[in-house]
Amino acid sequence: MTIRALPLYATIAIFLLAYLICYIQFPAMLSTRVIGNLLTDNAYLGIVAVGMTVVIISGGIDLSVGSVIAFSGVFIAVILRETALHPLVVFALLLAVTTVFGAAMGGMIHVLAMPPFIVTLAGMFLARGAGYMLSIDSVPIDAAFYDTMQDAYYLMPGKGRLTLLGLIMLASVAAGMIMLHRTRFGTNVYALGGGEATARLMGVPVGRTTVAIYAFSGFMAGLSGIVFSVYTSAGYPLATVGVELNAIAAVVIGGTLLTGGSGYMFGTLIGVLTMGLIQTYIVFDGSLSSWWTKIVIGALLLMFILLQKGLLRLRVSA
Amino acid sequence: MTGARVLRRVAPQLLTLGAVILLVSVYFPDFYQIVYANDRLVGIPIDVVKRGAPVALLAIGMTLVIATRGIDLSVGAVMAICGATAAWSIDQGFGLWAALGLAGAAGLVCGLWNGILVAFFGIQPIVATLILMVAGRGVAQLITGGTILTFDNEAFAFLGSGAVFGVPVPTLAWILTGILFGLLVRRTALGLLIESIGINLRASTLTGINSRVLLLAVYMGSGFCAALAGIIATADIRGADANNAGLWLELDAILAVVIGGNSLLGGRFSILASLLGAMIIQTINTGILLAGFPPEFNLVIKAVLVIIILVLQSPRLLPRLGFIRLRRERDEKPSGTPVEAGK
Repeated sequence: MTIRALPLYATIAIFLLAYLICYIQFPAMLSTRVIGNLLTDNAYLGIVAVGMTVVIISGGIDLSVGSVIAFSGVFIAVILRETALHPLVVFALLLAVTTVFGAAMGGMIHVLAMPPFIVTLAGMFLARGAGYMLSIDSVPIDAAFYDTMQDAYYLMPGKGRLTLLGLIMLASVAAGMIMLHRTRFGTNVYALGGGEATARLMGVPVGRTTVAIYAFSGFMAGLSGIVFSVYTSAGYPLATVGVELNAIAAVVIGGTLLTGGSGYMFGTLIGVLTMGLIQTYIVFDGSLSSWWTKIVIGALLLMFILLQKGLLRLRVSA
Repeated sequence: MTGARVLRRVAPQLLTLGAVILLVSVYFPDFYQIVYANDRLVGIPIDVVKRGAPVALLAIGMTLVIATRGIDLSVGAVMAICGATAAWSIDQGFGLWAALGLAGAAGLVCGLWNGILVAFFGIQPIVATLILMVAGRGVAQLITGGTILTFDNEAFAFLGSGAVFGVPVPTLAWILTGILFGLLVRRTALGLLIESIGINLRASTLTGINSRVLLLAVYMGSGFCAALAGIIATADIRGADANNAGLWLELDAILAVVIGGNSLLGGRFSILASLLGAMIIQTINTGILLAGFPPEFNLVIKAVLVIIILVLQSPRLLPRLGFIRLRRERDEKPSGTPVEAGK
């Protein structure tokens, strides 16, 4: 057992412990229905967090994803309303747009040598503004294909529904795990997070990798936007404000170091599920107010950051 | 700094502000009209300096934080907490001064919390302040009980909508706070010390600067500015909205500091330039409305502006272009640092 993987084990342990507490209080929490809903309700967050994990491990940050999700919803809704294109064609178009958008931000970060924070902040304004320019109001989507997607699910024993959206999220996490832990690109991402100068000296193509990282994050944000539009059957430019913060929080709770260079994709999935679990618990309890979600997530963030700080010191002294 | 040097430092910001005002007045020739009515000045420039108050106040504290190579993401949430505290105290009948005191104290405590995480636990500022940014709105909602807490107190509302000698109180607040902080850091060695820990924390600590206490003070200063901004925002609408008070203002404040030509990599700073940056942002916001553009263009125009400013300030492009003499002189010193700080 390496020290590096300790935050991941801590994340899993906390998730299981939290689930156990929930289960003791409300035995229904363990039903496949609750688990199925947990996956479906957090699908868009999980998908975008996969992209965010890659960005954060590379030592960067992507503030634009929440706006990109909202833009995606409006983009899909408006195009479906104005044209007779099949939703799948629109999805392909959208993914191309968001991927290029992400790549452009990556290019600016590399070429201008500016902090990712400010560049993606500009991207956040731009994507949100582009969404507003397409439509100020919520645009409903009524395509037959959307109904098909919403009704696509696998009935688990116990009548829980493993929906298409939940499956897309699990598939994204699996794809992200393979890409991050089993490919050369993934290794380059870790190297970049360890230190840009070192990575360059080791022969990592810094520019190409940076562009690819943000392009991937843009792609995942687009995919998340598709899932969110299926989930809500509408496009609304004011939707998903602050989702980038939830995604960052999920990644950190998942045991990834915000300074970059260390973390696991699987931890992010657990981080997303932990955040979803807190919300589910509040719904089950019924008497707790929704703001406790924010406070508990803040406390969890603090705990993990301090834990990682302690582990880092442990590793240095070892 | 002497007058000429100050002027040279803020020249790009003054030029930008002038250009923006000129652009707006092309669309809206009545821009410059200021009249004195009902014991107060009325006019669009007055409106700009009044509505820009929260961002300007936040930008003062943010400038100092960024000068230490930090960042404070929590200021918007702190605004909400302090506004909620003030409204709650008024609601409880504690009176004006107790409300102000409690709100200010809440801001200082929030700053202290951030400062301890940064200075004593050595957590990256962006991460440390993220915690309060996420949890802060929850705390504010806890105080207001999830409702928009309204109150009826003329003395407190005066802080948001009143005027002294015709000048709106929010305007006076940011100008006085700016002068106070400016004197504090420039008439003492504080400013120099803040710049030195921003350039090299380790070296500064080794030369005997008490960097921990200084960092604490800087984050507490930022919390205090956020408290003032929160009080004004709350007094203005006569109610505390935990969800929307100061929402995304941390980003505007950071933008104001960046437009003010302060490097996010720490070091030399100018509060005056940041304040001009805040006014540039507000002039753009007001100008877009006046020019008759739909407000949804606001964000796109802002994004384009940020990108232009980024390109102009890029440490990698500047030496190649040899852009403006003014800027090159200023950027000479920190060249080389971006590579190390590229992480």
